[in-house]
Amino acid sequence: MKRSLLVLAVLALAMTLVLSGCQKKVSETIKIGVAGAHSGDLASYGLPSVNAAKLVIEDINAKGGINGRMLELFIEDDQCKPELATNTASKLVSNNVIAVIGHICSGATKSALGIYKDSKIVTISPSATNPPLTQSGEYPNFMRTIAPDDAQAKLAATFIKEKLGLKKLAVLHDKGDYGKGFAELVKESAEAMGIEVALFEGVNPGAPDYSAVVNKIGNAGVDGVVWGGYHPEASKLVQQMKDKGMNLPFISDDGVKDNTFIEVAGKYADGVYATGPTDTSTNPMAIKAVADHKAKFGDEPGAFFLNAYAATVAVVNAIQKAGGTDYDAIVKALRSEYVDTPIGKISFDAKGDVIGFGFSVYQVQNGKYVELK
Amino acid sequence: MDYFLKLFLSGTAKGSIYALIALGYTMVYGIVQLINFAHGEVYMIGGFVALIVGGFFFTLGLPVPLVLLLSIIASVIFSSAFGFTIERLAYKPLRSKTRLSALISAIGISIVLQNFVLLAQTEKYLSFPSYLPELPFLLPVREYINSTQLIILATTSVIMVALTLLIKFTRMGKSMRATAQDKHMAQLVGVNINQVISVTFVIGSALAAVGGVLICSYMGQINYYIGFIAGIKAFVAAVLGGIGSIPGAVLGSFILGWTESLGTGYISSDYEDAYAFIILILILIIKPDGILGKNQKQKV
Repeated sequence: MKRSLLVLAVLALAMTLVLSGCQKKVSETIKIGVAGAHSGDLASYGLPSVNAAKLVIEDINAKGGINGRMLELFIEDDQCKPELATNTASKLVSNNVIAVIGHICSGATKSALGIYKDSKIVTISPSATNPPLTQSGEYPNFMRTIAPDDAQAKLAATFIKEKLGLKKLAVLHDKGDYGKGFAELVKESAEAMGIEVALFEGVNPGAPDYSAVVNKIGNAGVDGVVWGGYHPEASKLVQQMKDKGMNLPFISDDGVKDNTFIEVAGKYADGVYATGPTDTSTNPMAIKAVADHKAKFGDEPGAFFLNAYAATVAVVNAIQKAGGTDYDAIVKALRSEYVDTPIGKISFDAKGDVIGFGFSVYQVQNGKYVELK
Repeated sequence: MDYFLKLFLSGTAKGSIYALIALGYTMVYGIVQLINFAHGEVYMIGGFVALIVGGFFFTLGLPVPLVLLLSIIASVIFSSAFGFTIERLAYKPLRSKTRLSALISAIGISIVLQNFVLLAQTEKYLSFPSYLPELPFLLPVREYINSTQLIILATTSVIMVALTLLIKFTRMGKSMRATAQDKHMAQLVGVNINQVISVTFVIGSALAAVGGVLICSYMGQINYYIGFIAGIKAFVAAVLGGIGSIPGAVLGSFILGWTESLGTGYISSDYEDAYAFIILILILIIKPDGILGKNQKQKV
């Protein structure tokens, strides 16, 4: 008797779920998610994207939205942690977003992408540069407004060979998806160009002391050091190298091409090379975006702000061109239409990599990153 | 040989960094048998206080050694207050409960303090100015050891000796040992164990603060999360040397530093943590109480 009551109860519950399921679908706003590190030690990479998306959405909504439908943002934090990113993704999916700007770090992006793929949600990252994210072809829903690491690594290797003329390198990384990926690609390209990689090692991120590995660099007799990773370790490495009187060229990636690096490393930062997205700050849209940011948030925008701005503009444009929120139509529009953004006139290739925007080499000179032409 | 010497010295420097934190860990454990997981956070707070106070005095234009002294004093006072309060709030009410409750309370405090600093200060890495003087006579040998490393090494040695003397030869030390042996009995013979335990926490936290100032000066940066990573390594070092033993903590730290440094130098830095834990496992198999730990019969 009791059991049959229970079965009845479950059935009743299931019915209400089905019914409420039927009532969905009619949503007033077009929902867009923003995901990335909004807290934790990498928050400085993620928060600018939130501001960028807010600015674009406000702009569009002020003009009456897309075909009369307003845009609505859903902001979720993943702290750049892959294990949190799946939760973040599930939350956004259950909010019925049709596109996501994010995530920020490659590892987190990778773990979230499967969920978006299954739910047919377009995902555009402003900063995840790990090559297989697009090149594996596994995620047709994924695009990015930043060039992949191998473009960055090839540029770094070419720069090392042609401009610096180095012959023997030490390549270090932080064992993470991003840092190790960059380091491996630099090693590959450098060896293909006939540069010897005498040392290739991962170090523990966050360790207080790198003097042992710095000794090892000294012992290997290299004439340059490549670092794949982020700025906290990079500044400890350059500091401990210079303290030991080693003045080797230090070449790194766009995880280091951030003003936080110069603030933390101080005088030790001078002379450090880093590859990073080409400076587009003279682009009129970029000037407007930065001015809007200052007006609304009161300060200069941070890392990947323009990339995130471009990603949001591209999504909005694709929805307009697609005439609705149909996944296939949006993807088609993203791949076929060129759109004016703060990083230039961009589109996406069949794999999801951005067309019309790339990397440059920078050097810290007198406490500022200067683009080397 | 030259390469070995360099690695050995960098291991020594690394070991003295671990030791500076491990000393406070082991002292608290030796007296109240509590693994104070919040110790790393007290160290981090010490660093932050020095950064803030130091920044203030720098803008007043005081000379660097005076700034260093003032910021160490400020961070010692601040961290000691934190240590005292943590003990009163989070550990004392649990003193008669099982040891596990206090341990979980310690982990809780550690998370609370991390997030407190994250919210009250910043999530960013901040530059930490080098307060420590550059010793000119070390310049020719800076490939081997630099001023900051030498100062940390010297400080660690002084603290180790001072702590040992304090515990062996003073009245407070005698009360501490009595409390460590048997709290109830100590109370019966007139030892004010509340006071003794508070003093233990205050000293432990003061050491953490000194460590915070020196180690942050060495790293050149600070962040709310540094206490966690340093705390874990210092904990391993303290267990390695025999937790509760003051010279053991220093010895354990050096062994850890040398292992990591030589492992990195001759094999690969990819497995730095692995070397540390292999050594830990080996020593615990051979001598379960750590190298200098006392074999204590435990009632089960």
